[in-house]
Amino acid sequence: MSTGNGRDRLSNLTAQEAVGGILLLGIGILALDLIRLILLNELPFGRLLSYTWNGIVDSLYIGLAAIGLSMTYSILRFANFSHGDLITTGAFSGWTVAYLIGGIGVADLSSRLLLRADGGAQPGAVGMDVLSAPLTIVLGLIVAALVTILVALLIDRLVYRRLRDAGGIPLLIASVGVALALRYLIAFVYTTDTRIVVASPPQPELAELVAIVGLELPAFLAERTINLHEATLVISALALIVGVHLLLQYTKLGKSMRAMSDNKDLALITGIPTERVIFATWVIGSGLAGVAGYLIVLDRGQITINLGWFLLLLIFAAVILGGIGSIYGALAGSLVIGLTINLSLVWIPSDLNEIAAFTLMIIVLIFRPDGLFSGVETA
Amino acid sequence: MSDTTATADANVDSTERATEKSDRSADETPDRRSVDEPILRVENLEKRFGGITAVDGASFQVERGSITGLIGPNGAGKSTTFNCITGVHTPNDGVVVFEGTDITGREPHQVANQGLVRTFQIARELPEMTVLENMMLAPKDQQGESLWRSVLPIVRRDVVEQEREIRDRAWEMLEFFEIDHLAGEYAGNLSGGQRKLLEMARALLTDPEMLLLDEPMAGVNPSLEKKLLSHIHELQDRGYTFLLVEHDMDVIMNHCEHVIVMHQGAVLAEGTPEEITANEDVIEAYLGGDV
Amino acid sequence: MSEAPDSNDGVAETPGERSEATERPQWLSDLLLIGGIVAATYAAFGVIGLLTGVGLNETVGFMRQVTFFAAVYALVVLALNLHWGYTGLFNIGVAGFMAVGVYTMAFLTASPDGSPAGLGLPIPIGVVGGMIAAGLVGLIAALPALRVRADYFAIVTLGLSEIIRLSLLSGSLRSVEIGDTEYGTGGGSGISYTPVDSVVPWLLERPVIGFAGDQLYAIGRMVGIQSSIIDGGLYTGVLILFVITFYLLLTRIAYSPFGRVLKAIREDELAARSLGKNTDRVKITVFVVGCALMGLAGILWMGSQSRVNPDSFMPIVTFYIFVALIVGGSGSNTGSIVGAFAFAAFLWQGPRFIRAIVRANVDVRPPQTIYDAVVALGSGDPLPFVGYVIGTLDELRFVLVGVVLILLMIWKPDGLLGHRKELAAATDITRRPTATDGGEPDE
Repeated sequence: MSTGNGRDRLSNLTAQEAVGGILLLGIGILALDLIRLILLNELPFGRLLSYTWNGIVDSLYIGLAAIGLSMTYSILRFANFSHGDLITTGAFSGWTVAYLIGGIGVADLSSRLLLRADGGAQPGAVGMDVLSAPLTIVLGLIVAALVTILVALLIDRLVYRRLRDAGGIPLLIASVGVALALRYLIAFVYTTDTRIVVASPPQPELAELVAIVGLELPAFLAERTINLHEATLVISALALIVGVHLLLQYTKLGKSMRAMSDNKDLALITGIPTERVIFATWVIGSGLAGVAGYLIVLDRGQITINLGWFLLLLIFAAVILGGIGSIYGALAGSLVIGLTINLSLVWIPSDLNEIAAFTLMIIVLIFRPDGLFSGVETA
Repeated sequence: MSDTTATADANVDSTERATEKSDRSADETPDRRSVDEPILRVENLEKRFGGITAVDGASFQVERGSITGLIGPNGAGKSTTFNCITGVHTPNDGVVVFEGTDITGREPHQVANQGLVRTFQIARELPEMTVLENMMLAPKDQQGESLWRSVLPIVRRDVVEQEREIRDRAWEMLEFFEIDHLAGEYAGNLSGGQRKLLEMARALLTDPEMLLLDEPMAGVNPSLEKKLLSHIHELQDRGYTFLLVEHDMDVIMNHCEHVIVMHQGAVLAEGTPEEITANEDVIEAYLGGDV
Repeated sequence: MSEAPDSNDGVAETPGERSEATERPQWLSDLLLIGGIVAATYAAFGVIGLLTGVGLNETVGFMRQVTFFAAVYALVVLALNLHWGYTGLFNIGVAGFMAVGVYTMAFLTASPDGSPAGLGLPIPIGVVGGMIAAGLVGLIAALPALRVRADYFAIVTLGLSEIIRLSLLSGSLRSVEIGDTEYGTGGGSGISYTPVDSVVPWLLERPVIGFAGDQLYAIGRMVGIQSSIIDGGLYTGVLILFVITFYLLLTRIAYSPFGRVLKAIREDELAARSLGKNTDRVKITVFVVGCALMGLAGILWMGSQSRVNPDSFMPIVTFYIFVALIVGGSGSNTGSIVGAFAFAAFLWQGPRFIRAIVRANVDVRPPQTIYDAVVALGSGDPLPFVGYVIGTLDELRFVLVGVVLILLMIWKPDGLLGHRKELAAATDITRRPTATDGGEPDE
C-alpha cells in the first residue's frame, strides 16, 4: 500500500498539533463542566465515583485484550480481526471447565459441558461465584488462558504462518476469515443463545472486609458494598499487567519483543530469533485475551458468542489511542476508552457512549496516527 | 534489434514541443549557459527529521539545457534534496524556484505539472500494470482523467481519440528506449535495469522541461548504460535539462558539464568535473566519509 | 496486493498470444463466461433438486433467491471493486454507506402519517436522495481519511459504519418532534415505507410489459410455480438490469484514463503523484461515486422489504461483500459479478439447498444440543447428528465463509479472475499502431 508515502508535511504536523490541542481543550472544558455540575449538585458525587470506577473496570479488561492486539499489530504487522474471538474462546473454554469441575454431582454432564446450552445447571446451584468455589473459578481462569493460547498457536500454524510475508492487508482479510470460522465453530457447539452462567456476585460491605484485617473506615466508605466479582477482575487484571511489565522490562525475551515491535528488520539483522518472538507474542497476547474474556463473563454474568467481536472495535480504539506497538500506550488508551464510555454518560445517553469512543478513535487515527501520547517515550 | 535512427525519427513528434520551448528561451537568453536565468534555483534549503538535519542550507543552481551532476557521500542529503525539490517533503526552510516560479512546498503533482519530473532511486514502476499502461499514465492534460468525460457517451469519443494519440506516443517512446518488446508485460516482471528505462521513458512522456534522475544507472548493465547516456545526450540536444544523482564517478566526470558536491546536507563545492576532481575539500569529504 | 512473481528478466509475451486474446472481444467472452457459469449452476441445481425430490416449486424459488442475492451482491461488490479493486481504498464501512442510502430513501418516501413519519415523496426522488446522501457521507469521510495508511483507513471506515449503525439504533434519535409530526430513525424497530419493489406492479400495468407478465404468470400456473415466486422473479429482473448498468458504467471507468489513474494509485500513489496526477482529487471523486453506488445498491437490496432496521447493517455484511469480491477477484468487474454469483449460489444459498435436499429425503428431528447428537452418534445412530448439523446450518455457513476466505488468502489471493490483464485504456492498446518490426528481446 502506498497511501501515505511522503506525507510528512509541515502542514500535517501542525494539523496534528492543532487537533491535539483541541482535544486537550475539549477535555479541559469537560473537566471544568464536571466540577461545575458537582458544585451545583446536579451530579451527585457518588454517581461520579461509580462512573469512574466502572470506567476503570472496563479499562482493565479492555487493557488486557489490548496488550495482545497491540503486540500482534506491531510484531506480526497486521490488524488482527480475530482477536475478539480469542476473547470469546477464553470465555467459553474457561467457564466450561469451571462448570465441569464445579458441577460434579450437581448437574448432568451435558448441561455442564455445553455451558447450559439446554438450560439446565443453574449457576446458583452449581455454585458459580468466587466465595462458593474460589478454586474452581481460578482453575477456569487458568484453563481459559491455556486453551486460548493453544487455539491461537494452532491458528498461527495453520493460517498466519503461511502469510508471514504477504503484507498487512491479506493478513487482515485472513484474520476476518479466522474470526468468522472461530466464532461460528463455537456457536456450532454451544449454540448462539445468550445465557447467564455466573451466579450473582457476593457483595459484602467494605467495612466487613476491612474488619478482617482489623481496620476501620471513614463513614462515607464504610457502607459502600463491594462486588467481589468485579474485585476479582480488578485484582487479576492488575496482577497480570504488572507481570507483563516485569516480563518486558527484565527478561531477554521481553527485550527482544520490544526490539521487534520497534523495528522488525533491524531486529532480524541483530539476530533476534523471529519465530520465537512471534511464538511468545501469541502466548502472551492470546493468553491475556482469554483471561479477559473469562473475567468479563465473571463480571457481567452472561456469556454469548459475540462477546469478543462486539468488544473488538473498542479494543482497537484503545490500541490506536495509545499508539500502535506500545504496550503501555495500549494500557493508557484503554483507560481513556474505559473512562470515555463511562464518564460520557454524564452528558450523553448510554446508547451513544460507544459513538463517543469511536469518534475519538477516528479523530486520533486521522490526525494523530501515532497515538494520543506520541512524542512521549514509551517502550 | 530495433534501429535507433528509425525510433529517434518516430520520437520527433513528442520532443518537438520541448525543442520549441528551448528555442523560445534561447531568444531571451542567447547564450544557453548564461548564469542569468537558471532553470532551477535552490536557496538555503533545510530539512529536519526530528532531531536530524538531513539538508542544512543547501544552495545551488541548474542551468537550462545542461546535464548537471549531484554527488556526495552516502547520507549527504542528495535524495532528501530531491524530495524537497519535488514536493515529496516540505522543506523546513529555503526556497525552490523553477522557471522563475517559486515552487517551494508545492504538492508533487503540481511540481510535475510545472515541467519538473523526477525518477526514483529505486524505480517506482506500477507493478500490476503493463509497461504500456505505465507509459500511457504519464502524458499531461488527458481529457479522460475526468470521470464524466470518460463515462459520458458523446464526449468519450474525444477521449478515445486522444487515447490513440497517447498510445502512439507511448509506443514511440518505448521504441526509443528499446523496451517496446515488453509493452504487454506487467511492469513488476521487468528486470531492475528495464525498470529504470521504463521510469525514464515514462517521465519523458509527461513532456517535462527538466528531469531529475535519482541514480539512473544503478542496476543497469554496461551496454544499457551506454545507450541510456546517449539517449540523455540526445535529449539534451533537444532542449531538456537534466539533474542527476549518481554514484558512478565515470558517468559524472564524462557526461556532466557541471557538478555539485553535497556533504553533510550542504553544498561543499561546485564546478566543472575538472575543478571538482582537483578540489581538496571534495577529496577530503569522500575519504573521510564512508566511500 | 500480491506482487507478480519475479520471473526471469525480459520475458516477452509472444505476439501470437496477444492476437489470439483479441480475436473475440473481451466483453463478449466475459458475457459468455458469466452466462456459462450461471447456466451451468442452474442446470446443476435443477437436476439435483428434481432428482432428490426437492420439488419444482422449491427449486425454482431457490434459484430465484440465488439470483436475487447474486444480483444485490453484484451491485455492492461492483461498487466496492471500484474502491478496493481499482483504487486500493480498503473501505470496510460498506454497510454504513448502504444504511445511509436506505434510511434516507425511507425517510424521504415514508408516509407523513407513519410512525416515524417521512416526507411522503415519490420513490424515484427517494432513491436519488439516498444516493446523494450516501455520496455526501462518503465525501465527509473522504476529505480527511484518505490521507491515512491503508490499514488505518480500514479501521476508520469500520468505525464510521458502526457510528452510523449505533446512531440509527440509538433511542435519542428514535423520534424527534418537528412541528406536530414525529420524525426520526425509529430506533431498533426502524422505519416502514413503500418498498422499491412496488415498481413491479407499476411495470405490469404498462402495455407491453404487462402482457408479457400475464403470459409468465400463466406459464407459472401451468407448471405449478407460485405467483409470489414470479413476483419476486420480476423484481430480480429489474435488479439484473441495474447490475448491467453498473457493469457498463464501471467498465467504462475501468477502460479509461481515469481508470488508469485509479490503478496507478492502487499500485504506487507517490509514483502517480510524481507524474503530475492529482491523486487526492481522484481518490475523493472515486470514493464519493463508490459510496453513492453502495447507497443505491443498499436501496435496491434492503429497500425491497417494507421496513428497514439497523440490524441489517451489521459490520458482518461488509465482510460478506468482501468475501464475494475476493472470490471473484478484486480488480475485475467481471470477476465481481462472478464472485457475487458464486457467493450467493454456493456459500450463501448452497447450504440451504443441501438442507432442503436432506429434509426432503430423511426424516430428521434435530436434537437439542450437540451432546445428544454425539451420544447418539456414539451409539451408532448418525441421524440425530445429521439433524443437528442441518439445524445449525446457518452457523456452519459462517464457518464455511471464513474458511473459504482463509484458503483464498493463502492459495489464491487474486480470486477466480483477479490476475488477468484488463488494460486500462479507452482504446485497444494490445496491438502496435504502426507497422514497425516486432522488437525481439535484445539483451
